[in-house]
Amino acid sequence: MTRTYRKPVAIVSWASFETPEEPARNEVEMLLPIIEEAKQKIGIEQSDIGFTVSGSSDYLQGYPFAFVGALDAVGAWPPIMESHLEMDGAFALAEAVEVLQHEGIDTALVYAFARPSRGELDRILALQLDPYVVAPLWPDARSLAGLQAQAMRDSGRFGEVPDVPPSVVADGAVAVILATGDRARELTDRPAWIRGIDHRIETPALGTRDLTQSPSTRAAAEHIGAVGAGADVAFVHAPYPHQALVVREALQLNGTRVDAGTGPTMVGGLQRLVLAAQAIAGGEAKRAIAHATSGHCLQQNLVALLEGEAA
Amino acid sequence: MSDRVAVVGVGQTKYAAKRQDVSIAGLLREAAQRALDDAGMTWSDIDAVVIGKAPDMFEGVMMPELYLADALGAVGKPMMRVHTAGSVGGSTAVMASHLVASGAHKKVLAVAWEKQSESNATWALSIRLPFSPGLVTGAGGYFAPIIRAYMRRANAPDHIGIKVAVKDRLNALKNPYAHLQIPDISEEMVRESPMLWDPIRYLETCPSSDGACAIVLAEEKTAQTAPNPVAWLHGTALRSEPTIGAGRDTVNPHAGRDCVKDVYAQAGITDPRRDIDCAEIYVPFSWYEAMWLENLGFAEEGTGWKLIDEGVTALDGDLPINPSGGVLSSNPIGASGMCRFAEAALQVRGMAGEHQVDGARRALGHAYGGGSQFFAMWVVGSEKP
Amino acid sequence: MSEPVTITETPIKLNYSYTPGTAAARFLTSIEQGRIVGERCPKCHKVYVPPRGACSMCGVATMEGVELDGKGTLTTYAVTQIPSPGLDAPYVSAWIKLDGADITSMFLVKEVEPADVRLGMRVEPVWIDKADFTKNLANIAYYRPTGEPDASYDDYKDYV
Repeated sequence: MTRTYRKPVAIVSWASFETPEEPARNEVEMLLPIIEEAKQKIGIEQSDIGFTVSGSSDYLQGYPFAFVGALDAVGAWPPIMESHLEMDGAFALAEAVEVLQHEGIDTALVYAFARPSRGELDRILALQLDPYVVAPLWPDARSLAGLQAQAMRDSGRFGEVPDVPPSVVADGAVAVILATGDRARELTDRPAWIRGIDHRIETPALGTRDLTQSPSTRAAAEHIGAVGAGADVAFVHAPYPHQALVVREALQLNGTRVDAGTGPTMVGGLQRLVLAAQAIAGGEAKRAIAHATSGHCLQQNLVALLEGEAA
Repeated sequence: MSDRVAVVGVGQTKYAAKRQDVSIAGLLREAAQRALDDAGMTWSDIDAVVIGKAPDMFEGVMMPELYLADALGAVGKPMMRVHTAGSVGGSTAVMASHLVASGAHKKVLAVAWEKQSESNATWALSIRLPFSPGLVTGAGGYFAPIIRAYMRRANAPDHIGIKVAVKDRLNALKNPYAHLQIPDISEEMVRESPMLWDPIRYLETCPSSDGACAIVLAEEKTAQTAPNPVAWLHGTALRSEPTIGAGRDTVNPHAGRDCVKDVYAQAGITDPRRDIDCAEIYVPFSWYEAMWLENLGFAEEGTGWKLIDEGVTALDGDLPINPSGGVLSSNPIGASGMCRFAEAALQVRGMAGEHQVDGARRALGHAYGGGSQFFAMWVVGSEKP
Repeated sequence: MSEPVTITETPIKLNYSYTPGTAAARFLTSIEQGRIVGERCPKCHKVYVPPRGACSMCGVATMEGVELDGKGTLTTYAVTQIPSPGLDAPYVSAWIKLDGADITSMFLVKEVEPADVRLGMRVEPVWIDKADFTKNLANIAYYRPTGEPDASYDDYKDYV
């Protein structure tokens, strides 16, 4: 029995930016036009926003508390209700959906930003591993992804498993505005309703996981009724192309069109949600799935089911 | 309408300079297991896990929820990691409460920690970026000028910080979890301790601690059958303002005033001094007690220091502040905010042991962070709201 | 039997190319010429120095450069006893509201005993040798008292 939200939430506006390398602007300067665009599209200001939440990683910026500076791009004055996750913005959006269930909070701003081009992404991500016995070996992100690709080849279940390309390094920022119920309808003719959103995590011990499966993706999808929901398109977050095959299998997509992409680290997952909203709002899809992932070899996965008004 | 939420379990580790008997995972499990035991639950009863801590660069673990999924029984569950600088322990508890209030989950485990012995906190707090000289060495380097500005604004006498430093360490003697246990603490001892960032002395400064704090939050039905008394959430609030901005007041931050107004309004509190029985507030440098008393509406602007001078905030005073010993006695940075929230809950549950404030029925938990810009607060009560 | 291992040091070394942003780059270009140029917010008209890219209160990019003469008022300060690489203790770090700016900036204060530093002191920048100027705020070695009468409390009390 899937959950019925007390206050249905829709994506009502967004803006997205990505570039292979942003050498000159800092994170604030990169975010300013994106946040401004998302607000302007529906004619609102920061004072209209009830809750603001972001996703980013200090380790990508290169110093502790780096995320704090990004708040300059929001215009947090008078002071705002605000939080931050050190995770892909997709997870921040999931949190915003819960906060929006609260009476009196009807709009939310969710943003994510990163400039991985400034650092050594593959090596930085090694620090996501057990700090005592795995991280000190410095296994880089691409090599770990290779373990999953190899497991997939060995299983024989996937046919042609793509090679593991160099890790995608891209800089970018995304801003999304959410609104509830009638407020959403006031702000846009074409709200993309979030029928469900959930995420689950698996063990970090890669050796104990079956890397050819994604039970967390399956569990999240089942929890929100996305399996067999007849989505027109699924936007899959795949830092490496072979991972899209695992996610597709977990989502039991069958005939559904899959649009897999990577995007900047910490931002790519939220980008998938934006693409799903865009497909709904643009009329290309009545129902769309969006997926986001975090950690090596698809350790943590988020699935969202979006629908248009008419669905 | 939001559902009622209650604190049904609290767990803390013994705070110490170095917990070399446990890994990071072990430290968290110690607190979480205690919280589960308190709640009469097992790991499998928990629906979702929310963790919070200071920047990843302290211990050098990026996105530690990934490493900790097994250790915190989160495999197969939603798991989130909140990061809001110093207020994170508090904002983690607030975010966890939203997962219950929204109806998403019935039982949520919130855990916050820091393993400072496995990090270099002074390095991590002394930001050194290219193109400009870094002049702040340690957190005190940032807060000392603000304290000085308060002392001038309020025309406060010099000894106020010393009184708070003594009071909190005396309270800590009644808290078996507290890091600093200084039985012969005295005003003279504090006054004689080395000046670190004038006007902040060594003994007016928080320690660097390893520790974890865990809270189990549950919905009403679960709370009603909890084995131990519960603390009902009467209000939660978060506010943030920019780090540097024309018009900011770092001494009496707007965000702090707005945050507490919001939480008092939710809790139906009109006279904080009378309606709140005790408060656990984030005081990392002793003068901050005077400043927060004003920011939180317990005293008129410029008079917070008088409450301290008159003994109002002592354990046997009219409005005990930090009966646990506070951040001045234990400071695992990422956990400290949650420790305040947890201790406030223990007070209204009547479970604060030797540092229990008699008859405490409503308490305030407070956390702040960044450049005095991030605030998280909650009001908890022994009765259902 | 040897002692159990309770802690192990695992060094982490990561390289980053730090870029301060276009607003900061403009500021640094000016400071290399010995000029202090803040930026004004087009919405609230307040002047930020050093500029960070946005007026944080309005969420709007700052653009218009505003040249400042560098003199200012010390609004608060601390005396740090803890040494740090490049900083001999005790050192005075002060929040200084430069004339013409609407926020304070932090600088070292020297040529005055720490015990003699006063709130409201008027101060001026002391630059390093012009030949050594780079794109770095450290071109200003420190601030020192000008000897002018202290500013009145009302003039600086809100700049903290």
